[in-house]
Amino acid sequence: MLTITSEKENKHDILKLNGEIDASNSVILDEAIQKLAANGSKSILVDGEHLQYISSAGLGVFMSYLEDFQEKEIQLKIFGLSARVYEVFKILGLDQLISIYPTKVEAILD
Amino acid sequence: MTPQIRIYCRTTALADVRAFLQQTLSGFDLSDKDMIQITLAVEEVCANLIIHSHHCNAKESIDLKIIAGDNKLIFEIKDYGKAFNMLDYEAPNLEEVKGNKRKGGLGIILVRKIMDEIEFESSQGVNTCRLVKWFRS
Repeated sequence: MLTITSEKENKHDILKLNGEIDASNSVILDEAIQKLAANGSKSILVDGEHLQYISSAGLGVFMSYLEDFQEKEIQLKIFGLSARVYEVFKILGLDQLISIYPTKVEAILD
Repeated sequence: MTPQIRIYCRTTALADVRAFLQQTLSGFDLSDKDMIQITLAVEEVCANLIIHSHHCNAKESIDLKIIAGDNKLIFEIKDYGKAFNMLDYEAPNLEEVKGNKRKGGLGIILVRKIMDEIEFESSQGVNTCRLVKWFRS
């Protein structure tokens, strides 16, 4: 089960993830990010505090936007991941490629 | 009794795989890190089979069995029909995944990083993938 809610905070769009991301629902995450980018967002903050699990399908979604967003100067940052979910990013070394922060404040300030 | 589960080839069954693994593995003294890594690797193999080998045909099934050995756990994943040997597929490097905008390929890298041994065999329409995780005592 995955639910995603989106809210605006100043110039940032915050995507709150709740539940588990796998191959059955990663498309929901993909569409949510795509929609924000299409609407002209320049700063997407992904709130992972209530994300309980992510498989490669979800990691692939984040990876797929890296170059495109760099070109379009859209910032994509993730914050609030639990230790066990962060571990999944670390196995593949994605913690070096994707901007991940402990808290929302740190994500905004950087 | 060997813990086992049969799932049908739809991606929503992946949640059942995770629940089964969590329940079964809680009986072993595993760290949180090992628990999530093993869950990931086994799920990635099942996801590959469901999507690429069985094209999400829910009439087809996959059997997963967990065998405990001395200092190791063996995850045996059987499916039926045309074999999909993920070892035949070259795992992309991360730059490729980034550049090609391809959303797949990461699963294979994960399985290879997490598991200590990966074996495939195919005989008379039964394909068996064995993932082995060693635990140093």
